[in-house]
Amino acid sequence: MSETSLRNRVAIVGVGESDIGKVPGMTGLGLNAQAAKRALDDAGLKPSDIDGLLTAYSFTEPYFMLGSVLCEYLGLQPRFNASLVVGGATPAVMLKHAAEAIVAGQAEVVLVTAGENRATGQSRDQAVAALTAVGHPYFEQPYGSSIPGFYAMIARRHMLEYGTTREQMAEVAATTRRHALLHPNAHMKAPLTREQVLAAKPIADPLGMLDCCLISDAGGAFIVTSAERAADLRAKPAYLLGIGEFHTHEHIMCAPSLTEFGATRSGAAAYRMAGLGPADIDVAELYDCFSIVPIIEAEELGLCPRGEGGRYWLDGRAAIGGGAVPVNTHGGMLSHAHAGAAGGLFGIVEAVRQLRGGLGARQVEGAEIALVHNEGGILSSHCTMLLGKDKA
Amino acid sequence: MTETLPSPVVNADSAPYWQGAREGRLLIRRCDACGQTHFMPRHLCPACWSADLRWVEATGRGTVHSFTIIRRAPLAAFAPRVPYVVALIDLEEGPRMMANILGDDALDTAIGDAVAVCFEDRGEGAAVPQFRRAGGRG
Repeated sequence: MSETSLRNRVAIVGVGESDIGKVPGMTGLGLNAQAAKRALDDAGLKPSDIDGLLTAYSFTEPYFMLGSVLCEYLGLQPRFNASLVVGGATPAVMLKHAAEAIVAGQAEVVLVTAGENRATGQSRDQAVAALTAVGHPYFEQPYGSSIPGFYAMIARRHMLEYGTTREQMAEVAATTRRHALLHPNAHMKAPLTREQVLAAKPIADPLGMLDCCLISDAGGAFIVTSAERAADLRAKPAYLLGIGEFHTHEHIMCAPSLTEFGATRSGAAAYRMAGLGPADIDVAELYDCFSIVPIIEAEELGLCPRGEGGRYWLDGRAAIGGGAVPVNTHGGMLSHAHAGAAGGLFGIVEAVRQLRGGLGARQVEGAEIALVHNEGGILSSHCTMLLGKDKA
Repeated sequence: MTETLPSPVVNADSAPYWQGAREGRLLIRRCDACGQTHFMPRHLCPACWSADLRWVEATGRGTVHSFTIIRRAPLAAFAPRVPYVVALIDLEEGPRMMANILGDDALDTAIGDAVAVCFEDRGEGAAVPQFRRAGGRG
């Protein structure tokens, strides 16, 4: 059976971010609701226009059927609804499911949202302890392993095989901090140098505290509808040109490789659907739970050759105005926000904004095609999308 | 109060594995249909889906595929152990597993180090497989 192409069939027509940082006056559901309202206002739509809702998961609030819970909270009774759990890959996968539902006639306007009050809804110790659940409960957790530790093992392997350095990883954090300082809603507001990253408290060698993503209160949302309906709405649509996913494992002990991951396959599927290649990309929003990750993703998605991801960052090519494809123009999860699945969702929000234009010093000149990559687990589940200012 | 290190959680897939650990033996699953060995223990072979599996005792020799030194423990029980090594070990038989590298020279661990299995008491006779550096590079 041939694949039904999603190219040019749907568009993101509204985006929204909640208040971000430490937001003690709001629950996780409240952050989702605030982001959803802002996305809906951005699109110029009414709550009654929404007939589909997708959301992710929460580590801080005890709800089981989070999709239904959020519909109930928002007063929605949609004909299409689910909560998906693919870790950090969830937002991009939600866009894919939303697009498939719209193309199949199962929904017309889908609200996609994610967010948690991770900064104030739990203590830092609780946050760290909750995240150990990502390790295998029987064969990894008994060894005191941690998520930074898993990514540290990947980083160390990359350093051995390709000569990637601590300094190159630190530059990921420094570059994205400079980008975040151009974003009015970013969690981090102070400059950060490579030297500060290298001198930060060690967490899991070779990763230090500032190689690790933030713990934020944050919610993000976007609205997806058909390309036909998008043309009649107030905001400039960002068309979905291509999207693909690939899944190789969940736990790092079962990863087929510590240097080659599923992003190559998810990216190839997205490029194929769009009829585009890496040379066509104007701006990229890559998942960056740890500084090593966008280095690997830049390689897997073809922004640079295998093994040169570290140099891509250290040479300044990932920076806005750096002469190549700028990466994580909003500051990413290292400096803009990370709150569960909302972290990767903000990459989608930023890509849409870059395609609309008018972001001042943050704007990538002439951005017409954006790539967003989300990954979940320990580089386990991957979803890559290409968005366009125009149809492909 | 110091929290104790976690004891193994035994289930239907893993009961013989943890019983082996109690007896100082590292057991892995081998498929009689396709000959592949795998880790972690499962109801069927992840290579060919045959349920015709047997338990075999591994030599306990392996090499370090990668590792990290944990400086910030994720759980209070591991805090007194900081800094400690978490490693991915490639067993001589093929499968990869996670463990700590124990011993006075653990912090000198490097990728490619030869390691040998040992067993760490986790209370009431239960034990988890661990590794020590065995000298040499694999």
